[in-house]
Amino acid sequence: MISVNSRRYVVQRIGFGVLILAALLVVLPILFVVGAIVVEGIGAINWEFLTAIPRDGMKAGGIFPAIVGTLLLTVGTALAAIPFGVGGAIYLSEYARDTWLTRAIRLAIVNLAGIPSVVYGLFGLGLFVLFLQFGTSILAGSLTLAIMTLPIIISTSEEALRAVPTEFRTVSASLGGTRWQGIRNVVLPQALPGIITGVILGLLRAGGETAPILFTVAAFYLPRLPQSPFDQTMALPYHLYVISTQVPGMPIQVQYGTALVLLALVLSLNVVATVIRSYFRRKRQW
Amino acid sequence: MLTEIANPKIRIEHVSYAYDGEMVLRDVTLDVPANAVTAFFGPAGGGKTTLLRLINRLNDLVDGTQMTGRISLDGQDVYALGVNIPQLRRRVGMVFALPLPLPGTIRENVLYGPRLAGERDRSRLEEIVVRSLRQAALWDEVRDRLDGPASALSGGQQQRLCIARSLALEPEVLLLDEPTSGLDPISTGKVEESLLELKQHYTIIIVPHSVQQAARVADHAAFILMGDLIEYQPGKKIFTTPRDKRTEDYVTGRFG
Ligand SMILES: Nc1ncnc2c1ncn2[C@@H]1O[C@H](COP(=O)(O)OP(=O)(O)OP(=O)(O)O)[C@@H](O)[C@H]1O
Ligand SMILES: [Mg+2]
Repeated sequence: MISVNSRRYVVQRIGFGVLILAALLVVLPILFVVGAIVVEGIGAINWEFLTAIPRDGMKAGGIFPAIVGTLLLTVGTALAAIPFGVGGAIYLSEYARDTWLTRAIRLAIVNLAGIPSVVYGLFGLGLFVLFLQFGTSILAGSLTLAIMTLPIIISTSEEALRAVPTEFRTVSASLGGTRWQGIRNVVLPQALPGIITGVILGLLRAGGETAPILFTVAAFYLPRLPQSPFDQTMALPYHLYVISTQVPGMPIQVQYGTALVLLALVLSLNVVATVIRSYFRRKRQW
Repeated sequence: MLTEIANPKIRIEHVSYAYDGEMVLRDVTLDVPANAVTAFFGPAGGGKTTLLRLINRLNDLVDGTQMTGRISLDGQDVYALGVNIPQLRRRVGMVFALPLPLPGTIRENVLYGPRLAGERDRSRLEEIVVRSLRQAALWDEVRDRLDGPASALSGGQQQRLCIARSLALEPEVLLLDEPTSGLDPISTGKVEESLLELKQHYTIIIVPHSVQQAARVADHAAFILMGDLIEYQPGKKIFTTPRDKRTEDYVTGRFG
């Protein structure tokens, strides 16, 4: 008995060891990439880099217009994608019956999530820039990013809504609540952490994308801030692409510094999402 | 068999009901008198909960069901076109077998219905809180923690909170679906006691969690067996002198 047990114990230890190794293998490259960017880029980060306009063909000065551009695009994406995304999820989860139409809608959403982002870029170029004549603009870029983000927001929000037990809706109805009142007062608050997580995940992806903004909004070099939604703007991902591949003699520190800023923005959004999620999870009661 | 009485509060006529083609109620006809406790009892899966949920149209929320027959409240068909369903559910309150407090405080739970009904007056709302919790025999236990989370109450307290939450709307009818199934004997006693109070003002239909409870609280009782109304008698006669062999077998504990 004892020998069997101790052999099992050894096997178990080896098993755990393999699992830990696998986990490390996943984490190591990420740590390595992040570490490299931080080490190489931190030297570029200073007040001027963050708040000044690029100079000398972007080789000096700062990346302020690109930071502002990315923030504006993210906000624009949020404004367009959240109402439609959450609204669509509410419709699918709470109102739509299971018909061929809703099944077709769900299938479309799943497939949309898998479309390469450059296709969204071309779609945005065709629809917003050319057909609707928004021009190459923040408006066109935000809408393009919003469309790309919608599937993520809709599917995560729908999942969060479905996770709220039916009984809550029944209780609300039994107390004279309309369907909407039940959703508004009981279901939505409980689904909120999941919805917020989905929204932030979607916005994260939008904020880091290059292809969709390539044809719809991004400026190669625009040393001033945009004045209206119909203006072009610089944006961090595209700027990074430009200074890494299109400008000869670009100081490597500027490239890494830009990457670091983009990474920091994305990671901080991620942290916000995690904090919100754990805050609500602790408050949840079932 | 007592099926028709004068001036019933609720009249159920030839109601049949099916989920996805599966019949769970067959041609049920009975009248429920006002200001009394009527019990629907019988073995599990017989359709008691379904019958309750048909009265306040809660089963409207379930897809793929078929209903025939008629249910009326004070002579008015509750399934008639143009019936205000939220209003109907305010008149016909329901307490479920599993207590489910809404997220939020005790006070918010009690006031959920009245607030949706448009009550804004602070002193009226305060009155409602006190009255409902008193009626549900919960006031003394929670008076100091009205703004504490409802989920922190014990199971028995939660169930009485759910009763209070229904009473907050001053419904005319109260549907109680095994309201004491999760409760200890003391809490059960409290709930049963408050039923005696409540029936002065309300029409109560209860699905009891045992024959013994049915016999204790019921003024009238109906025995429902696998979708059929077998027997319905005024008073406690159904427990002492059942007319149907199947009822007798059930109340004497020979099956189910
Ligand atoms: N939402 C539903 N969808 C499909 N079938 C259902 C649904 N609700 C109930 N049923 C079925 O209807 C029948 C009657 O159920 P119901 O809950 O009304 O019985 P009950 O008498 O209340 O039983 P119990 O004593 O166990 O609570 C059961 O066979 C059940 O499986
Ligand atoms: Mg039941």
